[in-house]
Amino acid sequence: MNNASFGHKWLPIGLLAPQLVITLVFFIWPAAQALFQSLQMEDAFGLSTEFVGMENFVSLFMDRLYFESMFSTLVFSFSVAIIAMASALFLAVLAQRVIRGGGIYKTFLIWPYAVAPVIAGVLWLFLLNPSIGVLAHLLAALGINWNPLLNASDAMWMVVLAATWKQISYNFLFFLAGMQAVNKSLIEAAAIDGAGPWRRFWTIVFPLLSPTSFFLLVVNLVYAFFDTFGVIHAMTQGGPGTSTSILVYKVYSDGFIGLNLGASAAQSVVLMALVGVLTVIQFKYVEKRVAY
Amino acid sequence: MVEQRPWLTAFSHIMLVLGIAAVALPVWVALVATTHPNYVFVSGRVPLWFGDLGFTVFADVLCQTASRESDVSVASMMLNSTIMAFGITLGKLSISILSAYAVVFFRFPGRMLAFWLVFMTLMLPVEVRIMPTFQVIASLDMLNSFSGLTIPLIASATATFLFRQFFMTVPPELLEAARIDGAGPIKFFFDILLPLSRTNIAALFVITFIYGWNQYLWPLLITTDSNYYTIVMGIKHMLSVPDGEVAWNRIMATTVLAMLPPVVVVVGMQKFFVKGLVETEK
Repeated sequence: MNNASFGHKWLPIGLLAPQLVITLVFFIWPAAQALFQSLQMEDAFGLSTEFVGMENFVSLFMDRLYFESMFSTLVFSFSVAIIAMASALFLAVLAQRVIRGGGIYKTFLIWPYAVAPVIAGVLWLFLLNPSIGVLAHLLAALGINWNPLLNASDAMWMVVLAATWKQISYNFLFFLAGMQAVNKSLIEAAAIDGAGPWRRFWTIVFPLLSPTSFFLLVVNLVYAFFDTFGVIHAMTQGGPGTSTSILVYKVYSDGFIGLNLGASAAQSVVLMALVGVLTVIQFKYVEKRVAY
Repeated sequence: MVEQRPWLTAFSHIMLVLGIAAVALPVWVALVATTHPNYVFVSGRVPLWFGDLGFTVFADVLCQTASRESDVSVASMMLNSTIMAFGITLGKLSISILSAYAVVFFRFPGRMLAFWLVFMTLMLPVEVRIMPTFQVIASLDMLNSFSGLTIPLIASATATFLFRQFFMTVPPELLEAARIDGAGPIKFFFDILLPLSRTNIAALFVITFIYGWNQYLWPLLITTDSNYYTIVMGIKHMLSVPDGEVAWNRIMATTVLAMLPPVVVVVGMQKFFVKGLVETEK
């Protein structure tokens, strides 16, 4: 901690005021409202509300649809995380190997990070739309019956693909940085001992990348849980049925389309707890990384 | 490189080129689609090479109204997006650099409390508290306004932490020297701290600009007046028509225009982008 400091008392409060006011009004207050509303129930006409305690949570956890939504969120998020990390690691290993053109490859691989999730959704929808999509036609030519409008697992694949595409660049950059931090003399020693590139990767580089991988797993899960609303909204609107209605999409559709305040608030509270847990994991991990 | 393996190197190049091609495929197909008239797609024949419309579809969407659902042009939606992205970026950078300055260089009661309040914002993304945040904005009469589009999004724990981290590396001698020379806190901030923070500001600018430009759920919630539509959410309105009437060539032109500014920023400021990405995750 920095010892030198100014002695003013009111100036720092003034400097902090804009940040604190915005935090209180637009973050803390709505979060408190969500907590409060989750304990209340509105009558059918929205005229009166009554305190119902944990009833919203009980009915939420008794609801089969909520469990289905949780399950699809898990399927979606882990698919996105695993596919995005595996393909990024593969590309990073190759980019690390080539000396010539490495910088150009990097530039051409990082730009999808800048594309909004909803735009990624629209782009892939155009490729995978069963009536006009290029890839959909290719799949049809290969004899695969592809119809994300009717088939739940096709729809899941489609949103996973769009969400993954956007996230590869992020993982690529971090894997590349992680590999550049691996001590070169370890690799050279292994090469002298006769280990080929394949063996060197799996016995030296891959284990040394495990902190990076763990960190990326958390970041990717957070991304898939909370930042992919646009992908779902543009591509499937949670359908067919509710098969791609992940938790953030369900909060939105129950609140704004279903207008069920209590249920939506209870879902918000559950999600806030989830973000809290993930944030703590991320920070605990970062502390460890600093201590290396 | 530890040893020469020409075949492996060749393989790496080929796979990288294939990877880049796969990543670029959706944008390629989108660009091609903008050069074809819409009936081409309806007939089910999907072109992979450019047609003969050139940039006419781009010119068309930029100047004329985007679709029957919204009576505004893509150009005006892009203007809205620009205002929102720069509003969020400037707001976020200013309030977080000020709060980091307060937390690091001053000792005052409630300092830790303020720090934890800011930390809380990390755990409360808009997506998880949609309804109550909407109600707050509605009761403050901020629906359909640029203040509603920007101000609620400018509080930032990550930006504050980044500046705090950087300020803590500033040698205390610098502050002592400035005080001996008679500089007050405001002069110290503008003449010493701000110039030192240039690269951090640039790095955060890239990340925040992308964040601001790409906002989707927030404008979707709080704008019903098409004069405030941003381009990223406007595309969704163009898609929400019966299946046979979707104007794919116009949608793809709009999509390309919507992703252009953030992509240009990332590619053009690549060094700062990578720095920003790595630092904000610490």
